[in-house]
Amino acid sequence: MPVLTRLLGLLLVLVVLGWLVFVFVTGTPYALQQLVNGVTLGMIYGLIAVGYTMVYGIIGMINFAHGDIFMVGAFLSLIALIALSSLGVTSVPLALALTLLFAAAIAALYGWTVERVAYRPLRGSFRLAPLISAIGMSITLQNFVQVSQGARVKPMEPLLPGGISLLNDPDFAVQLSWMQIAIVVTTLAVLGVFTWIVTRTPLGRSMRACEQDLKMAGLLGIDTDRTISLTFVLGALLAAVAGLMILLYYGVIDFYIGFVAGVKAFTAAVLGGIGSLPGAVLGGLLIGLIETFWSAYFSVQYKDVAAFSILVIALIFLPTGILGRADVEKV
Amino acid sequence: MTAPLLSLSGVTAFYGAIQALKGVDLDVREGEIVTLIGANGAGKSTLMMTICGNPRARNGCIQYDGAEITGLPTHDIMRMRIAQSPEGRRVFPRMSVYENLQMGAQVTGGRDFAELLAQVYALFPRLQERAGQRGGTLSGGEQQMLAIGRALMSRPRLLLLDEPSLGLAPLVVRHIFGAIRALNRETGLTVLLVEQNAFQALRLAHRGYVLVNGAITMAGSGAELLGRPEIRAAYLEGSH
Ligand SMILES: Nc1ncnc2c1ncn2[C@@H]1O[C@H](COP(=O)(O)OP(=O)(O)OP(=O)(O)O)[C@@H](O)[C@H]1O
Ligand SMILES: [Mg+2]
Repeated sequence: MPVLTRLLGLLLVLVVLGWLVFVFVTGTPYALQQLVNGVTLGMIYGLIAVGYTMVYGIIGMINFAHGDIFMVGAFLSLIALIALSSLGVTSVPLALALTLLFAAAIAALYGWTVERVAYRPLRGSFRLAPLISAIGMSITLQNFVQVSQGARVKPMEPLLPGGISLLNDPDFAVQLSWMQIAIVVTTLAVLGVFTWIVTRTPLGRSMRACEQDLKMAGLLGIDTDRTISLTFVLGALLAAVAGLMILLYYGVIDFYIGFVAGVKAFTAAVLGGIGSLPGAVLGGLLIGLIETFWSAYFSVQYKDVAAFSILVIALIFLPTGILGRADVEKV
Repeated sequence: MTAPLLSLSGVTAFYGAIQALKGVDLDVREGEIVTLIGANGAGKSTLMMTICGNPRARNGCIQYDGAEITGLPTHDIMRMRIAQSPEGRRVFPRMSVYENLQMGAQVTGGRDFAELLAQVYALFPRLQERAGQRGGTLSGGEQQMLAIGRALMSRPRLLLLDEPSLGLAPLVVRHIFGAIRALNRETGLTVLLVEQNAFQALRLAHRGYVLVNGAITMAGSGAELLGRPEIRAAYLEGSH
């Protein structure tokens, strides 16, 4: 069975890769454009998926409120950008950097508070309790933003108009917008720093220790509660970055984006193998590509259905995911 | 006589409704090797874990280095230079041997890391050979060496060892017991040792306690306990 799921996972990756190769070989500009869009979107999903997978790894729960932290991050970004422009900050890179810091800091506080208020008191109680609490937190955050910011869609002026044309076909020009470049570069940089933290620093080591054996981590003097808090904080930081990115990418947000993007990112985490950090990024890229190609070639209306179907398929046929561990360990 | 380094009086511990420790009194003086023997399920591992605050003692008092530590969170207790190599080894399976050893040193912020690492590698050269290998793929015996090495990386004052000989070849057991004795003699390391192998443990230890059903029933010097007919009958038959 593990071999079969591994094969299925590889098959899925191969299908998507095959698709990409086909796109490049045939070189239709339209398809190439979809590839650029899919990668951009996939990076954003990957950023959110990392938060799901990290929390699952360390305390074995699905943090349903994570998508809403992402949504809060998007709203914080919008507020910061508006405030900065009214303060007369005209330099776009400066505005983006300040917004990133602001949104990440406040969203981190939200992530920390959610864990403190809704999950920690339930640690050690029955398994469903924190899940129910998480759904409650998700609804609370949505309603809070709906009431305080209004239910209508919030638009934003494009910050970085223009871009570069990759392929100048007479019929169709492939555009790589500055915005897309900024999104991909920022995401890669953030993921790079994050990887360094997890693999190289004492904090990252503590997090991995807690993930692998919480009791033993305590016996080595690790404050496990604090480490769990920091895991939520890190996840929220990444979600806030994703929130800023989605705001820049689509230019519109509303209080409900956390749910849809949350389910997609969760799907990405499951598809990549829940608990695996590289898996989350890979899963995010796959979901982004699949969704984009689906909307481009089949139906935009049903693009969310595509993501949800993949979730169901992944849960049934690929429960350990593509990079998930089915490995046997000596105890 | 000076106050003991570790002292338990009337300590009880529970798992839910099950009482695992029923009022334990036990002392470990600085520089001693003390062994705790007892049948399966007597509560030995529970006692080791209760000293570390997980589970917390429900009644009684645990004193360490002149201060009460009953009820402190585990991580605060472990920062007082107490280290445990627990039952079941609990090596981090998806970390390398080297990272496991780094985890052992994390509590002291990595003070004297290079020196301690060299010491552990000298004690268990196998760990050096396997430094890059994942903990989960080590053999049982190698994992045991890693668990002990990891506990030594914080330069503990009190070392709690729960069945360090489990699953090891006799030669390796002798090596480990020799190492414990050497550390005790040369650095004054205080050791509380839980052992199935009562004969070897009582020969190594200065003193021993016998735990039966969550309560201490006998205490004495190693030689004294070794000479008792009831000990020989219950714990030593065929073990040497
Ligand atoms: N997590 C737990 N939940 C419930 N009961 C437990 C738990 N851990 C231990 N016990 C019970 O507490 C008692 C003491 O267990 P403990 O592990 O301390 O024994 P031990 O002396 O170390 O035994 P062994 O020699 O087999 O290691 C046993 O009856 C055991 O079933
Ligand atoms: Mg035991």
